[in-house]
Amino acid sequence: MRRRGPAVTVWVIAGFALALLVLPLLGILLSAPWPHLPALLVAPETLQALGLSLLTGVISTALCLVLGIPLAVVLARSVSWPVVPRRLLRAAVTIPLVLPPVVGGLALLLLLGRNGVLGKFLALIGVTIPFTTGAVVIAQTFVAMPFLVFAVEGALRGADRRVELAAASLGASPLRVFRTITIPLVAPGIAAGAVLCFARALGEFGATITFAGSYPGVTRTLPIASYLASQTDLDQSIALALVLLVVSVAVLLGLRDRWLPGVRG
Amino acid sequence: MRLRPSRPARAAPLAGAVALLLAACSSPSAGPSSTTSADPLKGTVTVLAAASLSEVYSDLADRFEKLHPNVTITESFGGSSALASQIVQGAPADLLATANQATMKTVTDAKLADGTPIVYATNILTLVVPPSNPAEVKAVADLAKPGVKVALCDTTVPCGSAASALLSAEHLSVTPVTLETDVKAVLTKVELDEVDAGLVYVSDAKAAGDKVTQIAVPDAANLINRYPIVVLSGSKNKTAAWAFEQFIVSITGLTALKNAGFGTP
Repeated sequence: MRRRGPAVTVWVIAGFALALLVLPLLGILLSAPWPHLPALLVAPETLQALGLSLLTGVISTALCLVLGIPLAVVLARSVSWPVVPRRLLRAAVTIPLVLPPVVGGLALLLLLGRNGVLGKFLALIGVTIPFTTGAVVIAQTFVAMPFLVFAVEGALRGADRRVELAAASLGASPLRVFRTITIPLVAPGIAAGAVLCFARALGEFGATITFAGSYPGVTRTLPIASYLASQTDLDQSIALALVLLVVSVAVLLGLRDRWLPGVRG
Repeated sequence: MRLRPSRPARAAPLAGAVALLLAACSSPSAGPSSTTSADPLKGTVTVLAAASLSEVYSDLADRFEKLHPNVTITESFGGSSALASQIVQGAPADLLATANQATMKTVTDAKLADGTPIVYATNILTLVVPPSNPAEVKAVADLAKPGVKVALCDTTVPCGSAASALLSAEHLSVTPVTLETDVKAVLTKVELDEVDAGLVYVSDAKAAGDKVTQIAVPDAANLINRYPIVVLSGSKNKTAAWAFEQFIVSITGLTALKNAGFGTP
């Protein structure tokens, strides 16, 4: 018999899985207060939260790129390390993915708060981080970094190292090899990672509200504004959720197929 | 060829998790099946209660379970508006206890309450500062001073609307660094010494013990939050829910509330 793709059971289960992922979003669309939507969308609170979310999301993504690409390089090269440090490094990078964000926020507060392990010293020179827009950026960078690191690391592992070796043998310095060979080689991975990183930063809630608090225009991002609104004004909350959804979907659709993790084009 | 040694190690935590899940699923039914007495009360009672009630309700639930071993009280604490909104959205619960009457009204207006809510306790706001009192706050007027970091509840939750009413009664213009989603979150920020002051309920200040210093606000006594409780019409275990409600408003319950710093209506 000839193989003709997955069995019917697989299709059915995949259908259920997709329904679980998509139907809740459909719920937002169906219950959206369409007649009032234009007014809700241009409400000052909405625009303020959207502006703050976009600003902090862009800065966190930039930070993730600057810090995350070198980390991805180290992680990709760690395959040749002994097992213990190799696994410790991988676990450390994975932690923000599996840690409840609220716990991450508390950890940041205990480290960088004005009585925190490091924050104590920062306070001495007059720097306090919690409850500032900077704290929002740090919280978002913390939770979003693994998305970038793993995307870039995957690209690095799939890349042909011989090109780098050739460049090095022709006399290029390690930094020059990194800039002119490695980075362009994994550019699609970097782009995919940056997009996922931005989308994750945009949706960040738990670590932000714990570490940065919630104040309009300073730390109240779209997810926090949407959550607060859900307690009293569901229409406003759905409008905010819709904005978040549209931005996230637009960003993800902007990704080319082959840039997405798991897709080899 | 050897199997990868990591396989069994990976399976073990999963097996543990499954066992836990099974135990969690079977425990509620284990109670009623072991009944020998003539106690008609059994099953689970799900209580949604305001964050400010968490200590006293946990204690009263333990005591009620000792009196009625076949009943399990499951409690969920949070901002009153969030809890009320959960009920309106169809959360399965038996009892709702909010921190003011306005949030309760959203539930009674939606015809989701069985009968009229009973007002059984009151609470007033107080000023709390970290024991070191870094900003040397002595009275509520100090909250308006520049540089004093203040945490308040968001006005969507009862403690926030009370705080806003209090500050406007005092003709104070306060710019907080954060507006939290429930009163315990404000208390936590003060306990961690990340803010200089916060407005919480007297009962919260009492529950925090020496982790915060309380500064009485004379005019707060004019702004009293009344705590209502009601059995929900969606309750599947009204007999036990009603019994727990009666226990809360009994002399035992009221004494516990009084000891926790609540007032009587």
